[in-house]
Amino acid sequence: MSAGLQPRTGSAARFWRSTDARRLFGCVVGALVVAVMTGPSGSASAPTSGFTGSLFRPRAFVFVALGLALWAVMTFRSRFGDVVRRANDRIIATPRQLLVNRWYRYIFYLAVFAFAIWYPTILSGYWQEVLVDQIGVFVLLALGLNVVVGYAGLLDLGYIAFYAIGAYSAAYWTGALPIHPPMHLNPFWAIPLAVLAAMLAGVVLGSPTLRLRGDYLAIVTLGFGEIIQIVATNLTGVTGGSQGVIGIPHFSLHVDSLKYVWHVKALPYYYLLLVFVVIALAAFRSLERSRVGRCWAAIREDEVAAEASGINVLKYKVMAFSIGASTSGFAGILTASKIGFIEPGDFTVQLSILILVLVVFGGMGSLIGAAMGAAVLQWLPQFLRVHPLFGFQPQDLFIYLGALLVVMMIFRPAGIVPSRRRRSEIGLAEHGVGTADAMSAAGGPVA
Amino acid sequence: MSDSTTAATTEADLIIEVDHVTLRFGGVTSLLDISLVQHRHEILSVIGPNGAGKTSLFNCVTGVYVPQVGSITFRPESAHPVTVVGRKPHRVNRLGIARTFQSSRLFNALTAFENVKIGVESRFHTGPVGAMLHLPRTRREEHRGDNRTKELLEFVGLRDRADEVASGLPYGDRRRLEIARALGTSPELLLLDEPAAGANPAEKADLSSLIERVRSEIGISVLLIEHDMGVVMSLADRIVVLNFGEVIAEGTPSQVQRDPAVIEAYLGTVNENGHEPPAAEGAPPAVAQTRQNPSAHSGGNSPSSEER
Ligand SMILES: Nc1ncnc2c1ncn2[C@@H]1O[C@H](COP(=O)(O)OP(=O)(O)OP(=O)(O)O)[C@@H](O)[C@H]1O
Ligand SMILES: [Mg+2]
Repeated sequence: MSAGLQPRTGSAARFWRSTDARRLFGCVVGALVVAVMTGPSGSASAPTSGFTGSLFRPRAFVFVALGLALWAVMTFRSRFGDVVRRANDRIIATPRQLLVNRWYRYIFYLAVFAFAIWYPTILSGYWQEVLVDQIGVFVLLALGLNVVVGYAGLLDLGYIAFYAIGAYSAAYWTGALPIHPPMHLNPFWAIPLAVLAAMLAGVVLGSPTLRLRGDYLAIVTLGFGEIIQIVATNLTGVTGGSQGVIGIPHFSLHVDSLKYVWHVKALPYYYLLLVFVVIALAAFRSLERSRVGRCWAAIREDEVAAEASGINVLKYKVMAFSIGASTSGFAGILTASKIGFIEPGDFTVQLSILILVLVVFGGMGSLIGAAMGAAVLQWLPQFLRVHPLFGFQPQDLFIYLGALLVVMMIFRPAGIVPSRRRRSEIGLAEHGVGTADAMSAAGGPVA
Repeated sequence: MSDSTTAATTEADLIIEVDHVTLRFGGVTSLLDISLVQHRHEILSVIGPNGAGKTSLFNCVTGVYVPQVGSITFRPESAHPVTVVGRKPHRVNRLGIARTFQSSRLFNALTAFENVKIGVESRFHTGPVGAMLHLPRTRREEHRGDNRTKELLEFVGLRDRADEVASGLPYGDRRRLEIARALGTSPELLLLDEPAAGANPAEKADLSSLIERVRSEIGISVLLIEHDMGVVMSLADRIVVLNFGEVIAEGTPSQVQRDPAVIEAYLGTVNENGHEPPAAEGAPPAVAQTRQNPSAHSGGNSPSSEER
């Protein structure tokens, strides 16, 4: 109407009434709000410093820029979504097709592996530490949780409890706890025992609770995670209490004349981790493509039909749960032995959630996705923290993670590297078939 | 089927015996004192109006529901009769009882091939260790599983759709895929819950001939719930009629067709609730005269039989 009367200003007026404009407004305001929320807090002497300290600083521009970028992506997507998707498919399809050839694939793996061996040697000590403590361990944790959440579709919110069990088992067998083991072991030889402990914990917790429907399982595992942390805090006589445990020795290997000790340096741990990550990748890939993996997929898709097809649902759920638990336990030993010190505060529920976010971000049910998700999301905060422009504050991490998840769920719900099965599940769920989430469907008459 | 086949099968031993089964959900009695037997190699059809308890009977036989009263015995006359009641569904499946679902429960995000292979593999033994290490037995089982899956897909006529995702298959193919998956578990008794519901006439003919081949070529007994009287009359050796959870008639198709209680049940439903009868074609003559439209039931007010 008014646009028709005033053709000159018409397009601008139309723009300001459009969805694009509303989005733009939302993005900018949202960015400023986040900038204030994550900025310094005010105090009694300088009540406005919360605002001035965050809005009149370069970081405000960074946030606004991010907001604008988000707006651009949203607008671009709604306009040119199809074009982009087609181009994207073509870009992804070409390397995929190349990798179908098994020789190219082996060469590719070899190149990645060689890079993974070489690259850390040129990093600074700080980044080597990050590579082990923040990235390597979390890649392993994400791979394990991916089995539970991605393959079997079980929502485990107490995953870190098994990490704690692994770490405390390592402490026990190496004699660092107030109670002493029958014999002192080097952590390297404590690995099997601690992994076994974590796996048993998984079976013991899983057997009764995995009979429950999805949402109850999430609650029970959440509770279990809390219990483990509280027990570790309060059972001072056994676990050392809130003071934590010190003096867990480093890994060392003595076989005949061969003698090797992992000292404080990060790099040897990195290579050890690399070996285990590669083993985990290979093992889980085989699992996924085997009878076991198909049983998990069946259970995730339709439990009733899986049972009717002769699958012992409980058995396969417990299996997935305890495979995840042992991976988590293993990561626990590794951390305990590298850092030499553990305390109950290391095993918060937040950490369980963080690992879940890593898996969801990377792509549930996709090995490469889970590993990449963990690597990227663990690297990024460190990068932003040390980078002078961003001045990222680690305690803000979860704000961003939450926002990231929201954005992910809108634009790429299957994760950055989606698995084929998951992608079609989510596609189906959007059309009202099936559930696609880790909380499996409710009961009711079976027809 | 002709009466001569029926006479031949009555001599064979029993595959399943349902003995005085009663199933209640709170105040609702789904099954009341149901008794029936099925002979080996027989196609026994269970019919009845909506809500008669047919699916509930299947759920009892497959271990999904546990009846409060009564017993269900698999191979009652063999050297090792086994009771079904109290066994978990996957255990019942291991015994040799497979089923399909009224609402077609496939693993939708998986391919047709994977769907069937999951059924086939339920009889295998590969565990996590074997799978991770690619042990020889694992490889042998993979190979056997692939071959058997291909055979079954061939058998149901889905060989060239093997790599398609199940959710994308047309309706008739989905039904056949579900049958293939059930056959993969090597059953002796196959329970089909309304396999032809919602299918078009061509698909119905295909399904009928497939079910007949399941019996004649693989030698599996079939317990068939079906609303479509054309399918039932052409396939069934015997028919059991349920109404309000009770068996109201039993016999050969021609006996059932003439049974006054059956006519009463179907006409009664029409009169009281305005329900359509399952389909008029093959129904008792009296019913057929009252209801002229053979496909009328698909427009009836039963959402469950239309559910996909
Ligand atoms: N899980 C359940 N909880 C409560 N009531 C149930 C349950 N399952 C079945 N029923 C009831 O049992 C009765 C018989 O249901 P059933 O599904 O066996 O009928 P049906 O003969 O298969 O009907 P249809 O032809 O519509 O499939 C119905 O009244 C139904 O509401
Ligand atoms: Mg039914």
